[in-house]
Amino acid sequence: MDNPVNSGNDLISIENLTFSRGERKIFDDISLTIQRGKITAIMGPSGTGKTTLLKLIGGQLYPEQGIITVDGSHVHQLKRNDLYTLRKRMGMLFQSGALLTDLTVFENVAYPLKEHTSLSKSMIRTLVLMKLQAVGLRGAKDLMPNELSGGMARRVALARAIALDPMMIMYDEPFTGQDPISLGTLVKLIKNLNDTLKLTSIVVSHDVEETISIADYIYVLSEGKVVGEGTPEQIQNLDSEWVQQFMKGHPDGPVHFHYPAADYNNDLFEY
Amino acid sequence: MQNTKTQDTLVGLFVACGIAALFFMAMQISNLSAFSSNTTYTISANFENSGGLKVKSPVTLAGVRVGRVSNIFIDRDSYESVVEMSIESQYNNLPDDTSASIYTAGLLGEQYISLEPGGSEEFLATNSKIDLTQSAIVLEEVIGQFLFKDAAEE
Amino acid sequence: MTQFFQKLGNTTLSSFAKLGRSSFFLLQTLSAISSVLIRPRLLNNQLYSVGVLSFLIITISGLFVGMVLGLQGFYILSDFGAEETLGVMVAASLVRELGPVVSALLFAGRAGSALTAEIGLMKATEQLSGMEMMAIDPIKRIIAPRFLAGLLAMPLLAALFSSIGVLGGHIVGVGMLGVDEGAYWSQMQSTLDFQDDIINGVIKSIVFGFVISWIALFEGYDAIPTSEGVSRATTRTVVNSAFTILGLDFILTALMFGDI
Repeated sequence: MDNPVNSGNDLISIENLTFSRGERKIFDDISLTIQRGKITAIMGPSGTGKTTLLKLIGGQLYPEQGIITVDGSHVHQLKRNDLYTLRKRMGMLFQSGALLTDLTVFENVAYPLKEHTSLSKSMIRTLVLMKLQAVGLRGAKDLMPNELSGGMARRVALARAIALDPMMIMYDEPFTGQDPISLGTLVKLIKNLNDTLKLTSIVVSHDVEETISIADYIYVLSEGKVVGEGTPEQIQNLDSEWVQQFMKGHPDGPVHFHYPAADYNNDLFEY
Repeated sequence: MQNTKTQDTLVGLFVACGIAALFFMAMQISNLSAFSSNTTYTISANFENSGGLKVKSPVTLAGVRVGRVSNIFIDRDSYESVVEMSIESQYNNLPDDTSASIYTAGLLGEQYISLEPGGSEEFLATNSKIDLTQSAIVLEEVIGQFLFKDAAEE
Repeated sequence: MTQFFQKLGNTTLSSFAKLGRSSFFLLQTLSAISSVLIRPRLLNNQLYSVGVLSFLIITISGLFVGMVLGLQGFYILSDFGAEETLGVMVAASLVRELGPVVSALLFAGRAGSALTAEIGLMKATEQLSGMEMMAIDPIKRIIAPRFLAGLLAMPLLAALFSSIGVLGGHIVGVGMLGVDEGAYWSQMQSTLDFQDDIINGVIKSIVFGFVISWIALFEGYDAIPTSEGVSRATTRTVVNSAFTILGLDFILTALMFGDI
């Protein structure tokens, strides 16, 4: 059930979000918006809860405070069935691909189609082949997930994520641990798919170079707060020491090289 | 992924074997086959002492089981044990002067009721009472009798 | 000293929390059973992995247990001159107790641990999360079919165990030790009651199936999604199932056979 809110250019709007895990505040009253048709990047050091943010948007986790609106619907007020309907319009690419290990590549991509549509077998076959073609893996359709390399598994997962022609895709650390060729392929795929399928993409990553090359807008998170936002050019020129250290990869800066410790001399000559 | 046809066949076989085992247990191991005639009629008998007789103990005639004990309780007036028995309907020609005795099967076996037909022309019907009864043998009394008999002789 | 009490309180509270979670999990699973019946294919797959693959271990164990019962029983009974009642002894032990209990323990070890490992691994590799994001309820698609399969397979396996065991006793008693064939079966048939013994044994195995499937699936679902977490969950399944089976067996036996 859509709220009569002007969704306009913002596909997703997050307002005053607070979320904690145990004692630790993962998000402390943050607000951000994701624009339609654009690639928005969410960056920050490991462990800032970037994956948690995607799960909050998808309704898998519930915030303590704050409102998350997706295409006019307040996510956490949706009834179960409506939430599921909304999720069908969201694609998500997990870090590990999360393919079902007992199904072939073809069956994995066909899975959401079989579950949520009543299309005929031949129609499904056509669609699956088209999706696999888009990611360049049509020839691998009969392989099992454990026969795929990491990069290939992610591409299959991507094909599965676009199977139902969603309106948006969330990428959870897509570039982590990939070899240069896979990286290049993924970067290109994300950009192409976003533009040709008119998707909205959210890329959660800490790989600066790749993300900058395709993002239209970037949010930098740290310690539960947004410490910087803007287009790639704006971010790179942002007058924040922290952001600069992160983007340039300096070993020392606001995030110190040395873990807090006692005086060096005292420690060495303790006894 | 397993060939689905083989898988289906194996599952079918498995379930069939399981059900066959259940049948085997019911038929071969227990007394289900003897349960066929479920219609019974009830008769009762009073005993001074029904000993170790239990509900479901067998009731036999000439060694053949014709029924089971269905209830045992006390008659408040005579202080005797009233034993109700369910006799299978097919045995409807028991004379009404039949006697009932409590015997033990084997030395340590369970106790059962043995019916001895009389000569009457009238038959026992539902809720009839058997008048001639012989109570269970209580071991202590027998030993006691034996000891006292010996003592008396001396 | 206070640390000890703190820890004790902590453990107790987290045990209660776990019990609460597992009860909620059970409710979700039970309400999802109706959706399994619409898709027999899923149930079939699970019956295969849980039932068919346990077939061998159950039948072989049943055979050996029955044979041992025949052997030991014969020697004990011959002291009383009661060899004829060997059939009763073997069948009663199996149908009332050993069949349901031993097959349940074996089931927990073989199928239960496999279920926990599978679900735990799916959780660790984010497959369960992925399904949720694809708007597919993992309880309906993954958990409920496995639960139903365990529930159905257990009584069948227990029956198989008992039946093969009785045959094993026959092989040893009648075949090797000379007990009279007729006596073996007839004594058995006149003593074992369908309602009291067979039905009770089946009821026991259904209860065991329910409990084992619940424990195995929940431990996997609740596991910490690391390799260590999954392996600990698997161990917990087997251990907790064993305790529960034996404890329940006592309670059920007291309820069922206590009045005779």
